[in-house]
Amino acid sequence: MNSIATDEAVRRRDDSAVLRIAEDDGERLEAEAGTSDTSMVMNMGPQHPSTHGVLRLMLEMEGETVMRSKPVIGYLHTGMEKTAETLTYLQGPTNVTRMDYASPLFSELAFSMATEALLGLEVPPRATWIRMLMCELNRISSHLLFQATNGMDIGAVSMMIYGWREREEALRLLETITGLRMNHNFIRPGGVAADLPDGWRDEVLTLIDALPARLNEFDTLLTGQPIYRERLQGVGVINTAECLALGVTGPILRSTGYAWDLRRDMPYLAYDQVDFDVVVGTYGDCFDRYAIRLNEIRESIRILAQILHQMPSGDYRVQDKKVTPPPRARIDESMEALIHHFKIFTEGFKVPAGEVYAAVESPRGELGCYMVSDGSAVPYRMHIRGPSFVNLQTLPHMMQGGMVADAVAIISSVDPIMGEVDR
Amino acid sequence: MTDSVLHVSRDQLTETVAGLRDEGYVSVLDVTAVDYLEHPGRTDLPDKVAPERFELVVTLISHTAPGRTRLRVQVPDDDPTVPTLFDLYPGTEALEREVADMFGIVFEGHPDPSRILMPPDWEGHPLRKDFSVGQIPVQFKATR
Repeated sequence: MNSIATDEAVRRRDDSAVLRIAEDDGERLEAEAGTSDTSMVMNMGPQHPSTHGVLRLMLEMEGETVMRSKPVIGYLHTGMEKTAETLTYLQGPTNVTRMDYASPLFSELAFSMATEALLGLEVPPRATWIRMLMCELNRISSHLLFQATNGMDIGAVSMMIYGWREREEALRLLETITGLRMNHNFIRPGGVAADLPDGWRDEVLTLIDALPARLNEFDTLLTGQPIYRERLQGVGVINTAECLALGVTGPILRSTGYAWDLRRDMPYLAYDQVDFDVVVGTYGDCFDRYAIRLNEIRESIRILAQILHQMPSGDYRVQDKKVTPPPRARIDESMEALIHHFKIFTEGFKVPAGEVYAAVESPRGELGCYMVSDGSAVPYRMHIRGPSFVNLQTLPHMMQGGMVADAVAIISSVDPIMGEVDR
Repeated sequence: MTDSVLHVSRDQLTETVAGLRDEGYVSVLDVTAVDYLEHPGRTDLPDKVAPERFELVVTLISHTAPGRTRLRVQVPDDDPTVPTLFDLYPGTEALEREVADMFGIVFEGHPDPSRILMPPDWEGHPLRKDFSVGQIPVQFKATR
């Protein structure tokens, strides 16, 4: 796989696909890019319906064909990693949950896992399984969002309505459990914020009973539809060697036929106790990436059914008074409980000095949290390795030589969330 | 599952990463940095490693024997330069641009050293510890 031949191929394509000119370097742009009569450098975004937020692309065009290109990002940068250095470990999830707003629970999970690794904390089994339940629900809602926006970008506008409708049902369930549709702040260091509400089993069952039929409708509407296939098949092709060289993870890597999923290959939570398949593609094109996400919803449904059976009883967070706030009722009767409550919410809890990297498989790929503690109650440094940020680097390679209309399909198939790219 | 951590000097970085690549580390997952300006009591460094202000952190992943290796490279304040890993792993391009943008660490040989998250004419490097939070006049061309 790492043979010199493929390395050369990767490099050749890399050299010719990326437009490495600074966005404010007008002179070089004029001198170097677009030298022939028919070529020009075109700007796409930062506000464009297909850019999923504020992604800007500099495209070097030869007629209608894309030659080199460069994604220009940073329009949503709000310094969240800097902000994290001022928030306690208990406040941290509130911050990171706003990065990848389509799958917020995964950022919370990575953050909490990093904190727990520094604390040397083992979360109770029920908390672990609740986390898995939430993550798989969130994976479903995120992939449904992809189905909706992908359909819309390609021109299957009715798909937007259907994708949005199913996603709303998943979000309604998340709201029942966490209290919020998005930005849940539910997974916290030490466990989760609250136990599952009464009747959660029925609600999850209702969802996973209803979804498969809806997914079959998606198949009827999209998968077998000639126009849709024509727009996606053979478009935006990338191979395994290129993906690995570019650090790409998640559905894009799997679309090349390379089975790599952290849930299976480096299990965290209790993923080694559930049965599921890693979905892979064959050609590494936009259609494979669509099909993988659609089938990952089905796999998540399988996992959810097993979680329903295996959900253990017990605590939903650790009973460590230094980390977990006491129950509200205890505060009225116990002086210690009041002190702990006060200390945790004013000062936070201290985390031993050290550095750690924790990673989870988000719907977009490996989402990692690198955390450095200096022994105080706030992280010394908190860095989120956002999969969208790294995956965006594939755009120039996928778009080169394609039509500008295909660029829209390709951006959509990468499924970037700009909040996570810019942080 | 704990990751293995290697402390390497700047001169050995390229060599070490090339060696790891031959060992089956297929991807560089993450390149980031830490500014240790306000962390006087650092105790987690081995004896032979002299602490410097910046630390470059490179995370690699191996798929054949699933595991990650983290390289920690000390980078001094007065000469914040490191060789780029772009030639070994082109995927470090955006990550190194982010580190350069946020910490002012220069990657020698990087093909596109422009800012990535901040506006091109921004002054300073926000994730440095001496870059204060809040109360900074907004630096945009139109407001000048």
